[in-house]
Amino acid sequence: MITFNNLFQKRILVQDGAPPGWRFREVELLTGTGLTLWRGANCLFDKLSFSAAPGGALLIRGPNGSGKTTLLRVIAGLTLPEEGEVHGNGAPLSRRDESGRHVMAYCGHATALKPDLTTLENLRFFARLSGYPTDSLGELLAASGLVACADLPARVLSAGQKRRAAFARVLMSGARLWLLDEPQTNLDSAGRQFLERMLQEHLATSGTAVIVAHQAVDLGSAPTAVLQMGETA
Amino acid sequence: MNLGLGGLFWVVLQRDLMVAMRRWSDICNPVIFFVLVVALFPLALNPRAEFLRALAPGVLWIAALLAALLSLNQLFRADIEDGTMEQLLTLPYPLGLVILAKTLAHWLVTGLPVVVVAPMLAITYHLPADAIGILLLSLLIGTPTLSLLGSIGAALTAGLRQSGVLLALMVGPLMLPVLMLGARATDIALSGDDPTGPLYLLGALLALALSLAPPAAAMAIRISAD
Repeated sequence: MITFNNLFQKRILVQDGAPPGWRFREVELLTGTGLTLWRGANCLFDKLSFSAAPGGALLIRGPNGSGKTTLLRVIAGLTLPEEGEVHGNGAPLSRRDESGRHVMAYCGHATALKPDLTTLENLRFFARLSGYPTDSLGELLAASGLVACADLPARVLSAGQKRRAAFARVLMSGARLWLLDEPQTNLDSAGRQFLERMLQEHLATSGTAVIVAHQAVDLGSAPTAVLQMGETA
Repeated sequence: MNLGLGGLFWVVLQRDLMVAMRRWSDICNPVIFFVLVVALFPLALNPRAEFLRALAPGVLWIAALLAALLSLNQLFRADIEDGTMEQLLTLPYPLGLVILAKTLAHWLVTGLPVVVVAPMLAITYHLPADAIGILLLSLLIGTPTLSLLGSIGAALTAGLRQSGVLLALMVGPLMLPVLMLGARATDIALSGDDPTGPLYLLGALLALALSLAPPAAAMAIRISAD
């Protein structure tokens, strides 16, 4: 059985020659302060603040249309807030840490798979972008349950399989901050378990995760903060 | 180890070319359009050799410009729709370089075929060999400029639903100098004079577009992807 730890360690050993477990050079605290965003006449959030410590998760909850996805995009830097800032350890969130690894892995509703490329080709692209060794892609596919569709064009994948491929991309990034937008959508029970194990492993190695979720996510013993987004104004 | 900037450029270029190769119709459209437009003119107009010869630079260049405009719409659209652009935006790499790689891939599959078939079509217009050479050279310098200029418009309109006409109205005027200089260079060569002047200016425009268009398109893409 392949554990995620193995996958992580392989990446780090190949990439940096660093000892296993030595994943993050410094403790990084994710904070958002005074975030305000208007969409037309709707105020999605006003003076919103949050923080997530390494090894901890931040769950964003709230009714449909309350701005959960937008908040996640603000954290990812894809959307600019009108006011407020997102900081990593007091400084504006950079996209690369001092050892050159990607700081964040964003997993939105869109899975970023090219329909005409096979699953393996799609993942190989992101592996090369994030410096994940392409020869261990087989193990990663096995861990995410995608071996059978490795050579199928992504357009024939089911919605759940596409989501698993997106998780594989998140795993490859080696990023300390995961931003997951409703990751449980379309997943079967095995897929949910895969997601939860992956998250637990990530948090246990002092990663941080911000998750938009409607259902409960079992994060084991990791400290979990819940951010309740407003009832739509 | 981490990907250098050259590596990033190569990875994005390679991936875009691979995606394009799986979608033959997208590649063929602009060049088929170009061939059709250029081949129809002699059929509808007076087919005397000297008349067609005088017409050739303008017709070939107008068709090349329209073919470029036709293909631009798809430059970033698919990436925004399937979420690839979100991933590229959150990467710790300069977005301008990603845009440049994507634009080059786009030119290789839509612009280069036009440049390749243009001399063959020019023969049907009775163009002399030296003028064909200049036409080829002007297209080789001019069409990448068209793609680069178009990338700004394509980036600005990538988030819109019906953007074809808007895109043409927006980047069309920017492309006019390229059209004028390219057709002029071929025309001058046709009349037996030295066409280096317009060719140098075309080269200058390419340098300008190469340095300014990717950062501008990168800023536009950030707005479109919001």
